[in-house]
Amino acid sequence: MYPIPIQSASAPARIAYRLALYVALVVWMAPLFAILMTAVRSQGDLLAGNYWGLPSAFALGANLREVFASSPMGLFFINSLVVTCCTVAAVLVLSTMAAVALAKYRFPGRTILFAMFIAGNFVPYQILMIPVRDLVLRIGAYDTVWALILFHTAFQTGFATLFMRNFIVALPDELFEAARLEGASEFQILTKIIVPLLRPALAGLSVLLFTFVWNDYFWALVLVQSDAAKPLTLGLAGLKGEWLTAWNLISAGAVLAALPPVTLFFLMQKHFVAGLTVGAVKA
Amino acid sequence: MILSSGPARTVTPSWRTVLARLRVRAGGGDLVTPALLLLPPLSLFVLMIVSPILQSIWISLYEWDGTGPATWVGLANYRELFADAQFYVSLKNNALWLVFFLLAPVIGLALALFLNQKLLEMRLVKSLFFMPLVLAPVIVGVVFTWFYDPTFGIIAILFRAIGSTPPAILSNETLVTFGIIVAALWAQVAFCLVLFLAGLSQLDSEMIAAARLDGAERWSLFRYIVLPQLRPVAFTASILTVIMSLRNFDMIAVMTQGGPYGSSTVLAYQMFDATIFSFRAGYGAAIATVLFAIMSIYIAVFLWHSLRQEARER
Repeated sequence: MYPIPIQSASAPARIAYRLALYVALVVWMAPLFAILMTAVRSQGDLLAGNYWGLPSAFALGANLREVFASSPMGLFFINSLVVTCCTVAAVLVLSTMAAVALAKYRFPGRTILFAMFIAGNFVPYQILMIPVRDLVLRIGAYDTVWALILFHTAFQTGFATLFMRNFIVALPDELFEAARLEGASEFQILTKIIVPLLRPALAGLSVLLFTFVWNDYFWALVLVQSDAAKPLTLGLAGLKGEWLTAWNLISAGAVLAALPPVTLFFLMQKHFVAGLTVGAVKA
Repeated sequence: MILSSGPARTVTPSWRTVLARLRVRAGGGDLVTPALLLLPPLSLFVLMIVSPILQSIWISLYEWDGTGPATWVGLANYRELFADAQFYVSLKNNALWLVFFLLAPVIGLALALFLNQKLLEMRLVKSLFFMPLVLAPVIVGVVFTWFYDPTFGIIAILFRAIGSTPPAILSNETLVTFGIIVAALWAQVAFCLVLFLAGLSQLDSEMIAAARLDGAERWSLFRYIVLPQLRPVAFTASILTVIMSLRNFDMIAVMTQGGPYGSSTVLAYQMFDATIFSFRAGYGAAIATVLFAIMSIYIAVFLWHSLRQEARER
């Protein structure tokens, strides 16, 4: 183990380490404390100039009610949820299909296709922006949640295929051969044997995809316009422009936008971390 | 050349036989199943990712407002771009982003070494350190805008506490880009931290124990035993950080919209601005193409590295 376990250090060193750990944690988390503290602050506190001290009352409920009453953040929340969930479901299906093909079948051009899926992850959004916007306009999907679902599904399929392929490659070939000998069709092998084995991988992938899509701002800016289709990120940026100094309300909106991915992250932290390191670090 | 003698015998095999033949090819490896499996994801990918890249490059050769008719102008957009002072501001800022973003792997490694201990509460502590990763850049941008506020931001209050005048970070042409980079670094360090912690957990412990027995000093142990083993992770963390540094858009859009006076734009933002606010899609496409060309270098390096690693494992 590296560095040397702190347990084998002297007692003062152990205490000093713990102390340093908590100080680092507090500094690291400062922006988060700031949002949380401000989200619970009342309008009165802000007017009295109490921006960073302890809030005089716990006003999170009132702030959230105000946010929902005076802005369409409730609607934006639902839009975000629809876009994210539809995208995640579609990507899971498409990427599993592509990944099985790339991992377990030999065919010419396989490496090139795989490389294309990896590279597609990293291209700057701007090189896609004008034609994608144009396409979405032409098929009449502009300014609907479908525009976002369509684009995110296509884009995330690249990353998801890379992710799933690394898991499927690790499945033993004998599994497939045995099933074929038993007379299972390729479709049955996929649905009855492979997919059940991939459940943990699919769970991890879902968390990652959820975060990526939920947090998107650029495509929302490019592909939608009206409140009926705006996701939360766009709504939050709008609040910042509109309310200027009502920081308690903006922060309450930020908490609302952060809550779903943060909750999911804490529920499935192991999967999340494993997912991020796929491809980057050898398991 | 083959001349057919006699009436040509047309063989029209039913598609079933073609399928069967394809299945037999490549030593029992079947081609139909992967083709069917790849068809839906691949067509979507080609439609929304591959073809737009080519279209954008094509559009960059036109003068176009984004909706009306387009006029062929050849390389005029590029000539204009290379004479545009704003382009060099963006380029300079892109370089600043790239250089200062490389602090993320360094800080990430230091933090990983600091956190790689087994304590009861370590699991929770680590996940709190990972948290910026799941926050939307928009949220981070909003929070830091407030931190930087010259009247009631925390930075301003700290400055006043020590009796000096607080800088207006986001409206200062020299400070603004650094202000945004610091905000963006927060999540990027968390990303590198995740990678390095995973790397540290896979160190060869026997080798380290042996080096310790041989009396390797702290620094030389790190330098000659630990660091070489972390090299693949460090490489990945660095190249991904470079790519992310060039992609950053959200924070700039939320925090400054490229301002003041275009001093915090990067190519990604300038492209958006030209296309959406100035209705110059052709010019925007030219900016996007330049950005894409720059990023292609790093994408190619990453791709080469991953495919080589992949080949080594087989």
